[in-house]
Amino acid sequence: MITPDRYASLGELLRDALIQFKSDVALIELNRKRQSASYTYLEFKRTADRLASALEHAGVNAGSRVAIIMSNQSKWLLSAYSILFRGGVIVPIDYKLSPEEQRALLQHATPNVLITEHASWRGLAGKTAVPTTFVSEVPEGAELAGAHRWEDANGPKPPTFVPRSRSDVATLVYSSGTGGAPKGCMLTHQNYLEQYRMLVELFPLEQGDRYFSILPTNHAIDFMCGFIVPLACGATVVHQRTLRPEFINHTLKNQRITHMAVVPLILEAFERRIQETLQERPELIQAAFGLVGALNAALTLDKPRRALSRRLLKPVHDAFGGHLKLLFCGGAFVDAKRAQYFYDLGLPVVIGYGLTEACTVLTVNDLNPFHGDTVGRPLRGVQIEIRNEDPETRVGEVWAKGPTVMQGYFRDEDQTAEVLVDGWLKTGDLGTIDAAGHLRLVGRRKNMIVTAGGKNIYPEDIESAFEDLPCEELAVFASGYIWPGEALAEEHLVVAVRDATSEFPRILATKNRRLPEHKRVAGYIAYDEAFPRTASMKVKRNELAIRLRSLDRNLVRSVAPVHSSASLPTGTREHPTSVLETGTVFKKRPRWSS
Amino acid sequence: MTQNDITTKLISLAAERFQQEASTLSAADDLFDRLGIDSYQALELLSDVENAFNVEVPDYELQGVHTFAALAEVIGRRL
Repeated sequence: MITPDRYASLGELLRDALIQFKSDVALIELNRKRQSASYTYLEFKRTADRLASALEHAGVNAGSRVAIIMSNQSKWLLSAYSILFRGGVIVPIDYKLSPEEQRALLQHATPNVLITEHASWRGLAGKTAVPTTFVSEVPEGAELAGAHRWEDANGPKPPTFVPRSRSDVATLVYSSGTGGAPKGCMLTHQNYLEQYRMLVELFPLEQGDRYFSILPTNHAIDFMCGFIVPLACGATVVHQRTLRPEFINHTLKNQRITHMAVVPLILEAFERRIQETLQERPELIQAAFGLVGALNAALTLDKPRRALSRRLLKPVHDAFGGHLKLLFCGGAFVDAKRAQYFYDLGLPVVIGYGLTEACTVLTVNDLNPFHGDTVGRPLRGVQIEIRNEDPETRVGEVWAKGPTVMQGYFRDEDQTAEVLVDGWLKTGDLGTIDAAGHLRLVGRRKNMIVTAGGKNIYPEDIESAFEDLPCEELAVFASGYIWPGEALAEEHLVVAVRDATSEFPRILATKNRRLPEHKRVAGYIAYDEAFPRTASMKVKRNELAIRLRSLDRNLVRSVAPVHSSASLPTGTREHPTSVLETGTVFKKRPRWSS
Repeated sequence: MTQNDITTKLISLAAERFQQEASTLSAADDLFDRLGIDSYQALELLSDVENAFNVEVPDYELQGVHTFAALAEVIGRRL
């Protein structure tokens, strides 16, 4: 493991790692059950050097912005390192965004170079304003529209390393969609080096460990846990080009995965799999499993005991490949019971709390002992305070200060001034701190909503899509914002609407269906009075939420699914029913990927 | 194999995996809404589909695919 103290930049630290661990395997890429690529640290360096040389030739220098739009694969990390080597700023863009959304972010970031893969390039129809583009995996004979093949990238001479200082920007990470103004968080080398230091103090990776990268690498968690940390520790990063459960399982087992980061949705799927496997066993075995599980829980009350748990609960551990040491879970609120379930099975889930604005994480549960109902203690160097505390409940807004807090939003001084006050980051989340220093989150103050799949949603985005619906006013909320107290992991989106016509439900359902799955609303609630607004006519969300709170939540109507056939299928009601009547109205509907 | 044949086969695979009556499912149904499944279960269904048709469909081909008919089109392109 390389200690970060003597390094001024990420590029410098990783450059040393590639030499120090030169014979170890850095990357393994699989396509289903086939290994499609593998790089030792030395091979990583040689491949990345060629791209760095091409970037130098394309004019990439200190502070040049270079965007990456790629799914999880080896070339993501190779590209990112090449950019850092040339002193550039990485602009990671979500490959799952629509081409229009990607274009909007490219327009805002104005990168000098775009690095992408053919599937995304095809989506963009080769039309961007970026001067130079490298595209990977271009089929034979496909039109490149002036772009260069990633695989052929090289320059006329070996690349020159460009040093950076800790206060220089390393990445520009976007934390919102297109409906609202894009918010590009400027994160510095200092932010990342300090975050790395804090994380490996608690959860160091070792040479030989294997991290399975399934969360998108543009996401803050995977960027840190699936790029910086493993490479700086001499571990191996494993990518799987498909996220089908059977291939995830196969990879966990055959690649001897030791670490992975997940979002709550995936944790839920894992729990379902364990329970399904158990249900197939005879009742006696199920009962015995329950007893052994309880025994393991009792023996690991104070701290995890991996070897013991693995012996006691071998079938469960084998289902996860038998080598898993830790699961990191973040990106959304984790159900405490679920986290405890995994912990009791000897599969500790490290729950963290963070924001893109603060690099990756601010607090983590250090497992000594495990508290599934909190997001843990602040990492060393991070200060957390509860401001504007309610004297009765002790709940207030979570403010954070420390070396991982961003420099600000790119080209947006107003929004920066709104969230950064005297070095403190106003997180917009509501919480309390217990006597042992654990942070417990109870809700959100700011408008952003995080789904169970870890996606950030801004209500304004959805409201702009619903702009011409037949009603006087509407506003989108997370259900937990209106009715706090429900588990944050079970939040859903609700539209509050005034003076809707009879056509409203049908048109809402149609428009809702056209939205990306994670932005779809689950229900709507009618509100008779004019919405409270500011002088500039912005909806006062907090005040409106308080007013809505007094309404019976049974009044929430589900958004009916859209069916093409004239007769509705059995079991579907023509008129939406209340949440409590069906119990399934608020079912999450994520799509092909988490 | 026509587009209709592919769709019919897809519907029968979905009905079998999620224990529903195939006759209640139609080509234009949103398979997530109609089957009430999440992404993980959808990918399980896709594995059945790949085995049945003996094709491989990369994950990126599925972005924006919501209906049985659209899925049939993606499969059809690979047969």
